[in-house]
Amino acid sequence: MLTIKDLHVQFDTRHGVVDAVRGVNLHLDRGETLGIVGESGSGKSVTAFSLLRILDSGGRITGGHIDYRGIDLSQVDNASMNDIRGREISMIFQNPRAALNPIRKVGHQIEDVLRHHAQATRYDARAKAVAALEEVQIKDAASRYHAYPFELSGGMCQRVVIALALACKPQLLIADEPTTGLDVTTQKTVMDLIQALAQDRNMGVVLITHDLGLAGTYCDQLVVMKDGEIVEQGAPQKLTKNAVHDYTRRLLAATPHRGKQLHELVVDGVEKPIPPAGDILLSVNAVTKTYAGKAGPVQALQGVSFDIQRGGCLGLVGESGSGKSTLSSIIARLQDATSGDVQFNGASLFNAPASKYAKDTRRSEIQMVFQDATDSLNPRQTAAQSIAEPLRHLTTMNRLERNDRVEQLAEDVGLPLALLSRLPHQLSGGQKARVGIARALAVQPKLLILDEPTAALDVSIQALILNLLADLRHRLNLTYLFVSHDLSVVQMLCDTVVVMRLGQVEEMGPTEQVLSQPQSDYTRQLLQAMPTPLFA
Amino acid sequence: MTPRAKIISARILQAIPVVIGVVVITFLLTRSLPGDPAVYFAGDAADAESIQEVRQALGLDKPLPQQFFIYVADLVKGDWGNSLSTGQPVLSDLARRLPASLELTLLALFLSCLIAIPLGVLAAVKPGSWRDHLCRVVVTAGVSLPTFFTGILLIYIFYYVLDIAPSPLGRLGFLYIEPDPVTGFYLIDTALTQDWETFMGAAKQLILPACTMAIFTLAPIARMTRAAMLQALSSDFIRTARAAGLSQRKVLIGYALRNALLPVVTTLGMVFSFALGANVLVEKVFAWPGIGSYAVDALVASDYAAVQGFVLAMALLFVALNLIIDLLYAVIDPRIGFEAS
Amino acid sequence: MSAVAQHSFVSHVAYVLRQNPVTLIAFTLLAALIVCAVFGPALVPYDPLASSDTILQPPSAAHWFGTDHLGRDVFSRVIVATRLDMAISIGAVALSFVAGSILGCIAGYWGGWFDSIISRGLDMIMAFPLFVLAMGIVAALGNTVENVIYATAVINTPFYARVVRAEVNIRREAGFVQAAKLAGNSDYRIVAMHIFPNALPPMMVQVSLNMGWAVLNAAGLSFIGLGVRPPTPEWGIMVAEGANYIISGEWWLALFPGLWLMLAVFTFNLLGDGLRDMVDPRQRL
Repeated sequence: MLTIKDLHVQFDTRHGVVDAVRGVNLHLDRGETLGIVGESGSGKSVTAFSLLRILDSGGRITGGHIDYRGIDLSQVDNASMNDIRGREISMIFQNPRAALNPIRKVGHQIEDVLRHHAQATRYDARAKAVAALEEVQIKDAASRYHAYPFELSGGMCQRVVIALALACKPQLLIADEPTTGLDVTTQKTVMDLIQALAQDRNMGVVLITHDLGLAGTYCDQLVVMKDGEIVEQGAPQKLTKNAVHDYTRRLLAATPHRGKQLHELVVDGVEKPIPPAGDILLSVNAVTKTYAGKAGPVQALQGVSFDIQRGGCLGLVGESGSGKSTLSSIIARLQDATSGDVQFNGASLFNAPASKYAKDTRRSEIQMVFQDATDSLNPRQTAAQSIAEPLRHLTTMNRLERNDRVEQLAEDVGLPLALLSRLPHQLSGGQKARVGIARALAVQPKLLILDEPTAALDVSIQALILNLLADLRHRLNLTYLFVSHDLSVVQMLCDTVVVMRLGQVEEMGPTEQVLSQPQSDYTRQLLQAMPTPLFA
Repeated sequence: MTPRAKIISARILQAIPVVIGVVVITFLLTRSLPGDPAVYFAGDAADAESIQEVRQALGLDKPLPQQFFIYVADLVKGDWGNSLSTGQPVLSDLARRLPASLELTLLALFLSCLIAIPLGVLAAVKPGSWRDHLCRVVVTAGVSLPTFFTGILLIYIFYYVLDIAPSPLGRLGFLYIEPDPVTGFYLIDTALTQDWETFMGAAKQLILPACTMAIFTLAPIARMTRAAMLQALSSDFIRTARAAGLSQRKVLIGYALRNALLPVVTTLGMVFSFALGANVLVEKVFAWPGIGSYAVDALVASDYAAVQGFVLAMALLFVALNLIIDLLYAVIDPRIGFEAS
Repeated sequence: MSAVAQHSFVSHVAYVLRQNPVTLIAFTLLAALIVCAVFGPALVPYDPLASSDTILQPPSAAHWFGTDHLGRDVFSRVIVATRLDMAISIGAVALSFVAGSILGCIAGYWGGWFDSIISRGLDMIMAFPLFVLAMGIVAALGNTVENVIYATAVINTPFYARVVRAEVNIRREAGFVQAAKLAGNSDYRIVAMHIFPNALPPMMVQVSLNMGWAVLNAAGLSFIGLGVRPPTPEWGIMVAEGANYIISGEWWLALFPGLWLMLAVFTFNLLGDGLRDMVDPRQRL
């Protein structure tokens, strides 16, 4: 049905022409699902956009053919292309809420497409739009028809986007990271829906994702892309067992799944000894936090308690809105709790208010690595200045001592010394993460809070950073509080897990025990959404 | 009450402290006159005795808070003081002249939107192209032109050199008879009575000052349109619409522009501020019998009651316009009222 | 700033200027304006205040911009006026920059009551059509050049305060600010050293756009007889005086000061656009 031969796409940027796609060949049959897997910058989305010729400005197809049922999509005129879009080939996107017109009722948006492709008249458009919504299993479709996107949840919006894409019964569906930005528990239902609809209609599907596990579960054929080229392709089983290309192997290794060991994430990784657990370093007792919201008080935390042992690593797991980030910033003394207590090293942390804590002698003992490495570095400070910042205020080191310490820290976290003089925007995501870790380690904290330090990173970088963290913990005898939404990462790094939901502790215990014998329904749900070992 | 109705009534309530603030500031401006306000209000020919009388009449011998309440009470009663130069109550002077100013300002803004929004769209469709640069230079030049200078320039070209514009004196040439005031807007009043000859006469007088102001207000509207369009066009939902095969026209006008117009509506408040300020200068240049030229004449004659009345009237007018804009926004944006619920 | 960063800044500026020749023109014009403002009186051929018998002469080799109704050389007056007009607008913008930054930082960082009071106060100012408020202030405080500067500063302050407030507010919870807190910075230090510098790029754009607007305001006020008084050479007054002669065909009296005024405002407006591209560190690579 679809054959791509030697596709080349270029972008004009201020640094000259960039080859985003370099000679890609693909083939897809009716009813088949093809997965294009790659990390950021691999050209996977550009390939998909060029199929529909909706490249961003500055991008153009510079060579090759895209043959769709005998039509060369790279050659047809704009009018015919418009007829193909939506009727023959459709696309769904990541970030479903942003993918819908915010000020138009979702029903009307579906009608626009139906009527544009002459699939409906003014009189039956509404009925057909409601039918399209029903097909994606939206309950009470007739009343959802009148909803605006902001009135719907993320998962519901993605269903609407799917309904919009499939309204005109296209033959081919391109899904660009359809689950990114959704909660883990919704991700599975959305993917299952796409799969079921594709089977019903014998539709071809191109699934674009960074998640090898996801692609392996839902695709008949896999293609691995790197730097605009296909490095490997084949059926999932074959690909995972006999990967030929080095990059594929690295990517396979780096993809976390249930039961995987941390050192298996990197090729030739060595297992790190787990430091012996000591006495209790941090003890959280019935901490609550209430915000004054617009619609009355919001209870972000409702009595949370747990302990962390010296040298241990506790994983704090929860989805957005669970209160895990609020709790970590309370422990880091960036904000005050409403009630409860946190004991650190045998003394209450709450005897000094957060606003006065900058001058507290214990400031350096708890440090934090932040979620978004870009956001957490001052755009006007070089890497060295950022790392030296805590040293300037919390130690009595002079300039020379500080420089020595910064260089030593850079070595510790594997940051090349030449990069120390760069500004954040001149560093890659992984390098920024290393700067953030070095800064947190600068004043030799006892407890390090890691707030989703790898959430924004590609898996291959995530694998390296996670191993670095395990290594540092062992070498520097650190205690970690690891905050994450991703159980598959937590199970590798942490020896204790606390599952949080809506400001309360849902379940806690040793990692092994929580994973093998989950006590609460919610934990079970999270576990189900966790990727399983690929085709073992 | 629906969330939306709540938002709307809350917005109307918000205008109340603003009005109070405006009155307070105007009052403070009144009392901070250089020297003795009583001397000014008494006029040039006053002697010590009449100044004292004025002082008592104005309540200037009383403590400030009490003066404020007297001031507010007078305002509410409609006593905004008397103009020295016209000898009339300031409020009736302003009321008589207001329609002239409003007709000019509104027509100018209408013209401005008519040109600026397409310009902004044109620039945003191909950012970085020669069209974009041209639009930018044109609107920047427009906002860089002092309105009083543009007005003089237009008069020189169209009245003195080309002789196609009528003499720049007021709202109607002396050959015409003023229409009976219904709305006070000559264009509307003449159209109502189907007096097309006077309509054309009024339009001819209006066109140059309206253009002068429109040129000045092009820039903020065009810039905002461009920025909002660029933002809208780079949004994900535009990509969805394109991927669904909707026509370029539908994507550009139906999806992108409709979204882009929302922020443009909010900048209209700023544009009104610009326009009402420019109005003063334009009226002076074209001898337009509105409240702006009234204020300038009053300034020259040190007629402070009139100036203060003018400042207060302008501020109240502006508060009302802002309120209308915000309510309009609340009506057209479905998201309003959602965050609060 | 390190050598690497320095070099990248230079190449970034070069890139912006190449991409946007209009900005280059704006910089050239600015340099010319500064020269006029600093050396103006020394450069001009005639005394700007000296009357002569050659009245209302059209432009010629002797009088490039002609002469006015008192026989004064329009060119000399236009050039000399640069200093006064620039001084008024720079003074006003500097005042409002400082006041706006302080108010904006307080409102944006500490929020709560400070924010409510400051924001409401600024709303009060913005509730007036700004030129009209400036008229009112000058009329009330007295018709002097200083009061024109104060009035212009007052009406500009809300813009700076709002920009700073918004910029500070979005960074208040930013990761690097929290990291700075963990590094032991006090609140004042965080605002002054970490947040405010990051708000400077949009501030610079605002400064540039506001300079143009301040020039227009000052000229507009003197056009209606507030602030600067004749016979001091000032663009607004010269246009006002020239306006009386335009309907009898002596166009040069109003045209040249008006054009010069426009040129100055145009320069600042173009500069604002160019600066926006230039100082934004995210666009630098």
